[in-house]
Amino acid sequence: MRKVYTHIEQIVGPVVSLHAEGIAYGELARIRLKDGNTTYATVIKLQGDLVTLQVFAGSKGISTGDEVEFLGRQVQLGFSAENLLGRTFNGVGEPIDGRPALQQTTDIDIGGPSFNPARRIIPSELITTGIPMIDMFNTLVKSQKLPIFSVAGEPYNELLARIALQARADVIVLGGMGLKYDDYLFFKNELVPSKERTILFVHTAADPVVECMMVPDMALAAAEQYATDGKDVLVLLTDMTAYADAMKEVAVAMEQIPANRGYPGDLYSQLAARYEKAVDIEGSGSITLLAVTTMPGDDVTHPVPDNTGYITEGQFYLKGGVIDPFGSLSRLKQLVNKKTREDHAPVMNAMIRLYDASRKVRQQQSMGFSISAFDKAVLSYGDEFETRMMDLKVNLPLEAQLDLGWEILANHFTPAQTTLPTKLTDEYWPASA
Amino acid sequence: MSDKQGKVLGVSGNMVSVNFTGDVRMNEVAYIVLSGDDGEAIRLKAEVIRIRGRECDMQVFEDTRGIRVGTPVEFTDELLAIELGPGLLTMTYDGLGNPLDALANKCGFFLQRGVYLPTLDRERVWAWTPVARIGQRLKAGDALGTVPESMYTHRVMVPFGIVGAVEVLDVAPPGEMTVAQTVAKVKLVETGEIRELNMVMPWAVKRPINAYAERLLPETPLTTRIRIVDAFFPVAEGGTACVPGPFGSGKTVFQQGVSKFAEADVVIVAACGERAGEVVETLREFPELIDPRTGKSLMERTIIICNTSSMPVAAREASVYTAVTLAEYYRQMGLRALLLADSTSRWAQALREMSGRLEEIPGEEAFPAYLSSLIAAFYERAGLVRLEDPNLGTTKGSVTTIGTVSPAGGNFEEPVTQSTLAVVGCFLGLTYARSYAKRFPAISPIDSWSKYIERMRPSLEKIYYPGWVDTVKRLGGYYAAGQRVGDQMKVVGEEDLSLSDFVHYLGAEFIDAVFLQQNAFNPIDASPEAARTSLSLQLTARIVDHDFGFTSKVEARDTFTELTANFRDWNITATDAPEYQQLLDRMEARLGGAAQA
Ligand SMILES: Nc1ncnc2c1ncn2[C@@H]1O[C@H](COP(=O)(O)OP(=O)(O)OP(=O)(O)O)[C@@H](O)[C@H]1O
Ligand SMILES: [Mg+2]
Repeated sequence: MRKVYTHIEQIVGPVVSLHAEGIAYGELARIRLKDGNTTYATVIKLQGDLVTLQVFAGSKGISTGDEVEFLGRQVQLGFSAENLLGRTFNGVGEPIDGRPALQQTTDIDIGGPSFNPARRIIPSELITTGIPMIDMFNTLVKSQKLPIFSVAGEPYNELLARIALQARADVIVLGGMGLKYDDYLFFKNELVPSKERTILFVHTAADPVVECMMVPDMALAAAEQYATDGKDVLVLLTDMTAYADAMKEVAVAMEQIPANRGYPGDLYSQLAARYEKAVDIEGSGSITLLAVTTMPGDDVTHPVPDNTGYITEGQFYLKGGVIDPFGSLSRLKQLVNKKTREDHAPVMNAMIRLYDASRKVRQQQSMGFSISAFDKAVLSYGDEFETRMMDLKVNLPLEAQLDLGWEILANHFTPAQTTLPTKLTDEYWPASA
Repeated sequence: MSDKQGKVLGVSGNMVSVNFTGDVRMNEVAYIVLSGDDGEAIRLKAEVIRIRGRECDMQVFEDTRGIRVGTPVEFTDELLAIELGPGLLTMTYDGLGNPLDALANKCGFFLQRGVYLPTLDRERVWAWTPVARIGQRLKAGDALGTVPESMYTHRVMVPFGIVGAVEVLDVAPPGEMTVAQTVAKVKLVETGEIRELNMVMPWAVKRPINAYAERLLPETPLTTRIRIVDAFFPVAEGGTACVPGPFGSGKTVFQQGVSKFAEADVVIVAACGERAGEVVETLREFPELIDPRTGKSLMERTIIICNTSSMPVAAREASVYTAVTLAEYYRQMGLRALLLADSTSRWAQALREMSGRLEEIPGEEAFPAYLSSLIAAFYERAGLVRLEDPNLGTTKGSVTTIGTVSPAGGNFEEPVTQSTLAVVGCFLGLTYARSYAKRFPAISPIDSWSKYIERMRPSLEKIYYPGWVDTVKRLGGYYAAGQRVGDQMKVVGEEDLSLSDFVHYLGAEFIDAVFLQQNAFNPIDASPEAARTSLSLQLTARIVDHDFGFTSKVEARDTFTELTANFRDWNITATDAPEYQQLLDRMEARLGGAAQA
């Protein structure tokens, strides 16, 4: 028989304390509320016999006289490789899709140890998404970790959904944090076509804050199971800023000294522990991680995007409904660009250079300067680049993206004007031009 | 085993408070003993960081889940130490000196807590040659004998911690030995204590090794083959440099370049709280890259201390000390050791996390008040030293330390950057503006500085050419003035600028494009030799100084555009390729002169 404690000492935010003995750090506890509800909590501090817990469902309605029972284990995810697919769970790993609880699961620890760096391999395979601004211009590489920096109102969840539908991956794990209910419904509907390879862990804005903090760990623990079993897993997280804010809330309740704008000093380590789960396992599967990070006030120096940028391997900037070709960078793209088609890197560079030129010309024009004939070509090229390449709705295989690139160039320039090597223009310049 | 005992009183994150009996030392290592699922004990390593009455606080080098109030704690009496001895080169260790490859062989893909392996391989045999003679009096740091390691003569020394003289009672004859075998027997003259010594010397990482005759002023450069550094902001051998920059500005690419091409004998790469993937590049590439100076692979001179961002935070704090201890150890052998720490901010953050858990009064941005003194002490461990060995004679050895800093929001006005700048000899500031404009390396030519340049003038001019420093200074001034013209042009527009000002602006951009910028991913441009850099600088200066007699801005722009293209092509052309001379000739023709050989 486990001992049941019936006196809670202190309740602050989502954090409660009580006197108890023989409790392990990180241990899971069940709290039975007077109203008949049950919630769970984990131990986040031990001090003599004073035990501090973070309560998953928050402390709303918790009474000092509620029953607390320690379960003798850590938080776990009930895992089953077949039965998880197509299902939706909350941050604590309970199904919320109205379907029955999972059968035949194995309990796995979440927040497990790091991958041994000595066993990592250099990433070498690209993941195509059909989106030119990714595949052609900032190629996503298997095992890469990349944030999507954005602001409220941008279609970042639409972008994630498109990637989930179009990307080549065996399993897709989507972790939603602080999702608006509409966004949750959007994902639910949108992801139907790839349902049999998708798992959702969802925390909505109305759900308790501690559950939000569990979502990445749940999603990544599941992903790790598939990856060690030979599957290529794509993990999509949205929104990591909500996750960081949840950490902030608990840290404040714990009276921790904040480091920067209220965020705890271990924000970097906490984010890194999650992002570093991205891995390519030699002879087995992989985890690739894309995570929406909204920037409060469109400020990239805000602690959340700032710490994220220091952790990830580049970033996509989603601005004005498109992936900005200048601020975005896939730091791993050079590892794969040589393996696609010989013209990939040169065409990419030429198109970006000319697009940059078009923006400058546009600026000059708006300042009333007269522009040359070549400038005009550059301008019309810029317009076509925006409508045919940058539009997120474009969905083409990489080869077709490259061909489209040549087509757009040929619509506005002579081969020489692109300054691309003649060897390439001879081979790839569209015949009709 | 010591008689002191401890029991856990509290746990908060990776900090554990312990009630103890007996005497506990500051920075002593202790193990928290958990009972695992299979009944076997899991021993979690920890370090004592505060003692108050019968209670001490420890930072745990592992995940603390499962620890309970009352969990037993074993003290070791030993300070946090690493084993020094032959076999460190080519290895990859975590922050505590555990060999990561061996850990993987034992535990598989994932790191397991509580598994510790010896730093030095106990099986490997070494060709021992005695140096000390029986009856000889030696002091700490004097060689007892040597073994060949990679391309160096590894000195097996009298332990650095020994106080006073020792008398050699016995020394092993030449032969094949493992590190654990006894190589000498010595008597401590003061106490009469007799000790048997082998090749393993444990050393407390937070204590500097100072078994040298004296410290010397650094006077020669440590060439990096990164043009902007070697010419404008040279780092001294035995000196220190700080490389701060916002994310994505090129700190790691810079450190990787230096780790490959710097003129050092031993390179210690400390991946401190950064991405594991970046270490893998070094791990996989270095064994394949041949160092032209030695004919051996780059790995032969490298040690990687790898405590990446998802590995335990307390071990990250230890990792920079482990790394600098290894550098100091190889300095004791008369070698030039180079320590590259990426990123020291992650170390500072580890200190901040622990300080927060200890509920210390926070300083700026919640960093502890002692942050700057710890940073100063860390960089003080660099230095050029003279070694006096009774049998091996006088030699010099050095530790050069280059640390990156990752300032929050890319703003250099923060505690880690500021504390570091206060103590280093060289500041290589990476800017967002330059990296956004893809002007790599993004080291600011305006804000960066090196305090070594004047003192190194004679040695610089020997490496490059007489007058080198003056050319550098003149070009630096010309560049800065040209940039100001550029700023002015942004306001008034190109039309309102005089032709001579416009040419000055073009000249500054030219210096930037052909000399300051350098593509780390191009095999030729990444690592020009000194002779080539001399030629680059001279040619750059001649072009900038040349009076082209331009009559219009268009003409000036076209000329510089063409010269820039030629020069940049030349930068990526191998010295033995036919285009090498052709491109030089083309540029010379522009200068109106006959082609020079
Ligand atoms: N010398 C260089 N030549 C060419 N490209 C470079 C150079 N330096 C940096 N880059 C580019 O900048 C990118 C980021 O560089 P790097 O990873 O070194 O940044 P960082 O400052 O270490 O960032 P973080 O703080 O996030 O670790 C590289 O992936 C590369 O594309
Ligand atoms: Mg870096």
